Amino acid sequence: MNKYLTPVFLLVTVITNAQVNISGKITDSKNRVLTGVSISLKNSYDGGTSDSTGNYFFVTDEKGEQILEASASGYKPFQQKVNLNDAPIKLNISLKELVTELNAVVITAGTFEASDQKKATVLSPLDIVTTASANADITGALKTLPGTQQVGETEGLFVRGGTASESKIFIDGTLVNNFYYTSEPGLATRGRFNPFLFKGTIFSAGGYSALYGQALSSALILESIDFPERSSADIGISYLAINGGLQHLAKNKKSSWGFTYAYTDLRLAFKLINQKPDYFNIPVLHNADANFRIKTSKTGMIKYYGTLSTTSLGFRYGDIDSAVMKNAFSLYNINMYHNLSWREKLGNGLKMISGFSYSTNKDDMGNEFQNENNQKQIINNPSSLFSYKNFGVITHGKYANAKVVIEKRIKGLNAIRFGGEYNYSNERSDFTLYNGNKSEEYIKENLLSAFGEGDIYITNDIAAKIGTRAEHSHLLDKWNVAPRISLAYKFADKSQVSFAYGIFYQDPERKYLPSSNKLDYAKATHYILQYQKLSNNRTFRTEAFYKKYDDLFKTSAANGKEVAVNNKGFGDAKGVELFWRDKKTIKNVDYWLSYSYLDTKRDFLTYPTLIEPSFAAKHTASLVIKKFVTKLKTQFNGSYTYATGRPYYNIRPDQNNNYKIFDKGRTKDYNSLSFSVNYLPSIGKTNAKSFIVFVLSFTNVLGSNNIYSYNYSYDGRVKQPVTPPSKRFYFLGCFISFGIDRSDDVINNNL
Amino acid sequence: MKRTFFLIAIISFSNFLSAQSDKYAAAMKKNISMLDSVYQKGNAGELANNFERIGDSEKTQWLPYYYASYCHVMKAFTEQDKTKTDAIADKAEQLITKAEEIIGKENSETDVIKSMIASSRMMVDPQTRWQQYGPASSENIEKAKQLDPTNPRPVLLEGQAKFFTPEAFGGGKAVAKPLFEKAIPMFDAFKPESDLHPTWGKSTTEYFLSQCN
Repeated sequence: MNKYLTPVFLLVTVITNAQVNISGKITDSKNRVLTGVSISLKNSYDGGTSDSTGNYFFVTDEKGEQILEASASGYKPFQQKVNLNDAPIKLNISLKELVTELNAVVITAGTFEASDQKKATVLSPLDIVTTASANADITGALKTLPGTQQVGETEGLFVRGGTASESKIFIDGTLVNNFYYTSEPGLATRGRFNPFLFKGTIFSAGGYSALYGQALSSALILESIDFPERSSADIGISYLAINGGLQHLAKNKKSSWGFTYAYTDLRLAFKLINQKPDYFNIPVLHNADANFRIKTSKTGMIKYYGTLSTTSLGFRYGDIDSAVMKNAFSLYNINMYHNLSWREKLGNGLKMISGFSYSTNKDDMGNEFQNENNQKQIINNPSSLFSYKNFGVITHGKYANAKVVIEKRIKGLNAIRFGGEYNYSNERSDFTLYNGNKSEEYIKENLLSAFGEGDIYITNDIAAKIGTRAEHSHLLDKWNVAPRISLAYKFADKSQVSFAYGIFYQDPERKYLPSSNKLDYAKATHYILQYQKLSNNRTFRTEAFYKKYDDLFKTSAANGKEVAVNNKGFGDAKGVELFWRDKKTIKNVDYWLSYSYLDTKRDFLTYPTLIEPSFAAKHTASLVIKKFVTKLKTQFNGSYTYATGRPYYNIRPDQNNNYKIFDKGRTKDYNSLSFSVNYLPSIGKTNAKSFIVFVLSFTNVLGSNNIYSYNYSYDGRVKQPVTPPSKRFYFLGCFISFGIDRSDDVINNNL
Repeated sequence: MKRTFFLIAIISFSNFLSAQSDKYAAAMKKNISMLDSVYQKGNAGELANNFERIGDSEKTQWLPYYYASYCHVMKAFTEQDKTKTDAIADKAEQLITKAEEIIGKENSETDVIKSMIASSRMMVDPQTRWQQYGPASSENIEKAKQLDPTNPRPVLLEGQAKFFTPEAFGGGKAVAKPLFEKAIPMFDAFKPESDLHPTWGKSTTEYFLSQCN
């Protein structure tokens, strides 16, 4: 027995004698203490963890040459050879910070992002649909953010002194033409796209990336959802519309398809809510859409979304040039949109993002000049203004957009991106004059673009994005080159400053074409400085900007149409904006406040001189409040918007055919208070077979008499306010989703 | 001769193996015994590092990575600064993926951890993340139950989920209580594969059960 025991004892003593103490302190490159860092000897169990003072200590039995490792997430792994004999080892380690998505500064100058990514964003996708004044319209929600105007007489986003046509909208990378329903006189139409289609919304009020172009003011970049959470059937009923749809998610969650159909008929709504225009053809809309999504690899995906819609409507409104006569406007629209996108990681840090979209739009519009008994009046006198009130126009548009972006990741987050884009548009208009004479117009554009952009992360605290975009327009037969630069710096308290600079070019608006004059691109130069502080449930940001406009289009009347004549227009816009969001101060209440100050003047279109444009208010403020009451399973939303009055003008040619301001004024201030209530009776019920949402909303509860602008008669003697079609608006609807619970399938497939 | 050589080879190999596994078992047991006091001591990170070192050194054992992931997910739950939670959950996810790669498939215990990781991510911003991580958490509980119907831990998680869900949403103490009551005898009856396999959860269940009254 003894014989065996002795060596064992000996061994133990040897080991005890050979134990080595290893200790030290761990800091980052700025000499700040790091806690929780794991220190180990490679291929052994021995090691330790740094404590709250950054110190570590452990004891090891290992001998000889060993490798000491230190690792912490967000830091570069550290390795060093150590020679272990009896002497204790003291080793202080400085870890180098890795530039990672979670820690790195984000360049945010000019942009608001709503997405569900891990990084804190200012808005979430849900915010867009639960903003009271938005009525589930994407741009409606964006109008509560700084930088946007409360323009209600025309659709679109008027951003920082820019017109609606200076804001472009992109879905999965490609440009969307006809994002809004066809314009109607004096009314703002809604967007065609359901906000639930998108998981990410990036709203840039300026200084956007070189990947996008042809928008002097703003880019709204929408990213469609990947897969639905589960297969489901959905129906919705409101007094405006009914809709139904099906979404199918494959068992292996690698593909999905779906379709929806919606029928909108405003007959009942217009009976309940008095409309100022006299509708002889109450709006009826049919909307059908379909989608499929296929996972092509672990990281690759192909997505398709297509929609087909028709609109028909007709209404009468008083003719401003005569006492009793009326205009009867009618519209029939067919719109088709297809979007196919494909993204794939190609290996070697290469990633491809490509998209193709094709759309067609047909508007069949007409106007009849009618007497008080709604009978058509034909006036056959070419010198009379009233003759031209009878007309018809059919516009056919075909649009194709293709885009490819290749991204190459270089070390860390550094990346370069380059690619090309092709935009094709072909618009044909057939006019029918009062006397039955017909004429046609064609406007064709082929726009080719190439772009390159680099993301440079010097440390987690400092980043830059430098890009350039070059475009060639076939229509203008001209090139342009637009540089874009943005920078961001993060302070120790996690607040950050961003700066953006960029040049932006844009083609003339189609409605001012064709033109016999030689035209160039309109140009805008942006300078944006932003400070932002995001903390737990609180966001503060402020932005100052200066925007310079050059080569804006001047227009003049030719053959009863306003046509672009030259690029002699110019202007500028400057302002300060504030945004504050707080989910913390008042329990269970989430609110945000936006304020915009805008000082802008421009000389463009028929403006005779440099003036404040009619679509720009000096001060705009919004307050949005949301409160979810758990007990009632109900969310209460409120929003209030205020804007100071906007200027309006009577601009028309004098006897020498020079445009002059004959009258001007300023509208009264704009006020609107809206409420909405969402009741979700089935929330939280597990195994519930359906999910129900009731929505009730009131727009302009107080019934403020808002005036957007004034229209003048041909001779300037009569002036009429442009107002919303109804003072208040109510919405009541119920949306039900029948979830097809597949958890059993999931389990069985994994067994 | 050949035979003797072969025999010696086998004996020495198995000796080597058992020496190796003794060291492994001892280190694991020591660290597992510290799991109970992790909440009081707040040393989940340190313990996670200990387990990860064992995992890195052993390379073929899934349990060290399993426990390392478990420690990180506990840290994710207790982290006060919600902006840090996702990074900790990322680490837990990496480790549980490593554990599953070693087993070659998921099992009831790894699904338990995956459910906890999803819940910790949901807690960062419940209102907006509920739709994504809520189903991920409950699907993993269901899978864990299916893969081992005797495992009490998914039952405990289900009870906890109900406990923290407002009554209006179909949760509450009254709904959670029967689940905790169901879990207790399951803990008593549960036979771990070895003394290194997970057995945690009974004291937590007892604590929640006491809070249900």
